[in-house]
Amino acid sequence: MTSEIAVIGTSWGGLAALHQIFAALPSSFTLPIVVIQHRHKDSGQFLPRVLQEDTRLCVCEVEDKAPIVGGNIYIAPANYHVLVERGHLALSTEEPVAFSRPSIDVTFISAADAYRAGVVGMVLTGANSDGARGLRRIVDRGGVAIVQRPDTAESPIMPSAALRLVPTARALSLKEIGSFLASLVGGPAQPQRTGT
Amino acid sequence: MALPVNDGSPLEGPPVSYDPDLERVEIELLLEGVFRHYGFDFRSYAYASIRRRLWKRVEAERLGSISELQALVLHDGAAMDRLLLDLSISVTAMFRDPDFYQVFRRDVVPLLRTYPFIRIWHAGCSSGEEVYSAAIVLEEEGLLDRARIYATDINDNVLKQAKAGIFPLNRMQEYTENYIRAGGERSFSEYYTAMYDGALFSPSLTRNTVFSQHNLVTDRSFSEFHMVFCRNVLIYFDRALQDRVHSLFYESLVMFGILALGSKESLRFSQYEDCYEMLHVKERIYRKVR
Repeated sequence: MTSEIAVIGTSWGGLAALHQIFAALPSSFTLPIVVIQHRHKDSGQFLPRVLQEDTRLCVCEVEDKAPIVGGNIYIAPANYHVLVERGHLALSTEEPVAFSRPSIDVTFISAADAYRAGVVGMVLTGANSDGARGLRRIVDRGGVAIVQRPDTAESPIMPSAALRLVPTARALSLKEIGSFLASLVGGPAQPQRTGT
Repeated sequence: MALPVNDGSPLEGPPVSYDPDLERVEIELLLEGVFRHYGFDFRSYAYASIRRRLWKRVEAERLGSISELQALVLHDGAAMDRLLLDLSISVTAMFRDPDFYQVFRRDVVPLLRTYPFIRIWHAGCSSGEEVYSAAIVLEEEGLLDRARIYATDINDNVLKQAKAGIFPLNRMQEYTENYIRAGGERSFSEYYTAMYDGALFSPSLTRNTVFSQHNLVTDRSFSEFHMVFCRNVLIYFDRALQDRVHSLFYESLVMFGILALGSKESLRFSQYEDCYEMLHVKERIYRKVR
């Protein structure tokens, strides 16, 4: 099954991890990516702005009913859940799940139910266990599960929790995740930038 | 440190074995039944969210399928009330998005001040957090006495809550911080009395407010307003219903009236985009100009 959408969940240490992955994506990358990064409820546009610096792909914060367009990177806004539907993204202010809004599980599960086996789910560094149940649902629907190798994560709690619930997930370093994503659309990974 | 993975929170949908096409059929039948029997029209609500809420209710009632839930709510009005609450609740805060209220005070209040008499509509006011937040700003700006405020929601129970003005005590610290960040300069505790089971907000804040049931899906415009608040309500509607409600707002606003949406909502894809100018881009505050 060809992958149709990638979803990434991360918390503590996520910014640096996302930097590294996005820098590896070729500008011809055609999968849409939805990113759930836990952050403070009043944090503004900093995250999409700073992530845009790493890539020529278009990075934007999710707006309600935004069409899902290949090659775009969608960042969950603070204080909303992001629900994936076929063809578009919807926002919700339903109650936090396990203290999180956005919740990684909520987005992953909606993606798995909407895109079935077409989902690639990734759980990166983080200091809680959000994302594990969602990743489970993604593999149960036939999708692909990737977890950042816990020994390479700034905080291994989240990837470890995901691996416990999804033992068949592929555990990869960030560099390998970048290459893996690039390979999904047939292009070579960007050479890693040196320096800052 | 190992955290438990299964936190006991409800499933986020059906069992994996559930056929998604059949599920959609069942959901559409349930919503049709609810509409025809009770008159509540959720048929054009955003699918992923309504589906999530329906499954929560399936689980809470210890049922196994959407069809079983349909049978239950059609035959048991109390179960329907519980479902209605699930479907209409949104979890918000007083002065949610403090920046919005800062802009409201700084940029919108001076416009409202030009009217001798101000009519405001909170559409989909839920439990009233926004109604009280805006009333506090209007009170501090000396405009509350000239205002007539309509706060409407589809759900009678949440309206009763809003009217009572009692909010959880344990959220007062958060609300106080929001209030300060929103530019409030008084002591937030002036506005409420702490009781053993909640914070009772001063009834004088709603002295000019009418709480009443109104259904954005099926009801018509009922007055002409200088400002409409509808923040984070339309996110629960599909695009077609959003358009219908935008037409309702357009008809309900006076020329140069103000429309405040949630900060991640926009008029961008609606047919009314050209009828408004943006008063504040980031906070999604629009002004009707044609």
